[in-house]
Amino acid sequence: MIISIASGKGGTGKTTIATNLAVALGADVNLLDCDVEEPNDHIFIQPTITHTENVSLKVPQVDMNKCSLCGKCQEICQFQAIAVVGTTVLTFPELCHSCGGCMEVCPENAITEIDREMGTFETGTRNGLAFAYGRLFVGQVMAVPVIERVKEAIQPDKMNIIDAPPGTSCPVISSVKDTDFLILVTEPTPFGLNDLKLAVGMVKILSIPHGIVINRSDLGDDKVKEYAKEENIPILMEIPFDRQIAETYSKGKLLVEELPEWKERFIHLYEDVVKHAKKS
Amino acid sequence: MQKKANIKELIVISGKGGTGKTSVLGAFASLAKDKVLCDADVDAADLYLILEPDIREKQDFQEGHTAIIDPATCTKCGLCRELCRFHAISPEFKVDPIDCEGCGVCVYFCPEDAINFPVKTCGELFVSETRCGPMVHARLGIAEDNSGKLVTLTRKRANELAQKRNLNFILTDGPPGLACPVIASIAGATGVLIVTEPTLSGHHDMDRVVDLANHFQIPAYACINKYDLNVEMTETIETYAQNKGVPVMGRIPFDPLFTKAMVEKQTIIEYDGSSRAAQAVKEIWEKLESSL
Repeated sequence: MIISIASGKGGTGKTTIATNLAVALGADVNLLDCDVEEPNDHIFIQPTITHTENVSLKVPQVDMNKCSLCGKCQEICQFQAIAVVGTTVLTFPELCHSCGGCMEVCPENAITEIDREMGTFETGTRNGLAFAYGRLFVGQVMAVPVIERVKEAIQPDKMNIIDAPPGTSCPVISSVKDTDFLILVTEPTPFGLNDLKLAVGMVKILSIPHGIVINRSDLGDDKVKEYAKEENIPILMEIPFDRQIAETYSKGKLLVEELPEWKERFIHLYEDVVKHAKKS
Repeated sequence: MQKKANIKELIVISGKGGTGKTSVLGAFASLAKDKVLCDADVDAADLYLILEPDIREKQDFQEGHTAIIDPATCTKCGLCRELCRFHAISPEFKVDPIDCEGCGVCVYFCPEDAINFPVKTCGELFVSETRCGPMVHARLGIAEDNSGKLVTLTRKRANELAQKRNLNFILTDGPPGLACPVIASIAGATGVLIVTEPTLSGHHDMDRVVDLANHFQIPAYACINKYDLNVEMTETIETYAQNKGVPVMGRIPFDPLFTKAMVEKQTIIEYDGSSRAAQAVKEIWEKLESSL
């Protein structure tokens, strides 16, 4: 099974939910941090890293001894990543989507592919919990290839928990696609509601069963609850604002370990998720 | 980006989401004079919820293409499926628009010319008036890509508007994260204000955006929101910022007034200008204005 945590709005508590849920459930869980732009789960999990590799994307390299300057590569490329300029061919690797079109179209077989490194991928463990995360290099534009690498670490025989990046565009879609259940974390404020609606729009396009967790549930208004009722989306959990919780988070500590009453609440959240996932 | 020398553009970013970018920028909107407001968080734009813009101009954002196979012409030869690196074509020869990268490889090689390649409308751009001045904002369609290009277009319109109206400031609300839309938001800006929070995550994420700003050689400033939730961590971040050469413009206390103001569709300055939180933001703005 795959449970993903997403939000629309940033900073609503995705990492809190993902890490605490994973640790509360213990062994047979595989936690994957797909927020490769700003990964934070490892701060809370403190895993022992057992594997590290670089993530790369295939980009074209042109052999000018073979190139006839016909310009077909430039013509097929939708991303302006390759161009014939005078008597040479320039490539712009940071614009390349690695579709392979230029290599395929080249009549002289002058194009091969080389690896362009974009980030790192690591796996590790913590008391039986399996953990995987990616980290995009600073200055890199495209997060999706690194996210795809993290998702290859999904283990079908385990409970996989994916921590997605904020928003509703390509990095989020790539993270949560093929998920069995999506937990949408929000806060009861106008910003939280607005971005929740965007996230619900996204899960409807992807047809993923979903439920809501309301964080800092006592700071704001009732409109998120009203919306959930109208849309018939279950509210799975409410976490009130509590200085103790905020301090625990700020130090990179887990609620289920520092404040033991939360362990049971996260196990209950899991049971609720499984129940709703089965229903739909 | 072409810019008149006298127009200054400040982008508020954070790395980590939810640190208070939009609330801080909203407060600046109440304080700054002669400016254009710009919401570059096109994926989850929220500034409009406070400033209630009166939309005067609307424009479709068209970018990229999606492949569509015409079943009447398709002979199911399978070449497109073989060539597509994004696994976007099903065994029944239907293209999944979400998986389609718009690379056009299938379109180019289809021996039957059975694949259409229409331009996508992936969002909308708005030029509006608000009580705090003109505002340029956008909405990326749900599950769409090309956010970086929409950000660039939004900033370009804000810049044109500033020139046209002879306004010397552009205040831009940036997206969270580090990749495409963030890079598009900060490229060529006068400066970035990093709003962070005193948590290990906030510190970690700020470290990465400071490196990003350095990478693109954009002056970075910082402020620490909800500083009193962990004063020790606030001090750690301030020391870190100093060592990195990032001037700290101030601290903002944790205050539920920010949420109350948001619920009332007001900036913190409008809601309670004499509060400690409002005063803190005001001091940050004054320092920034004289630094930029």
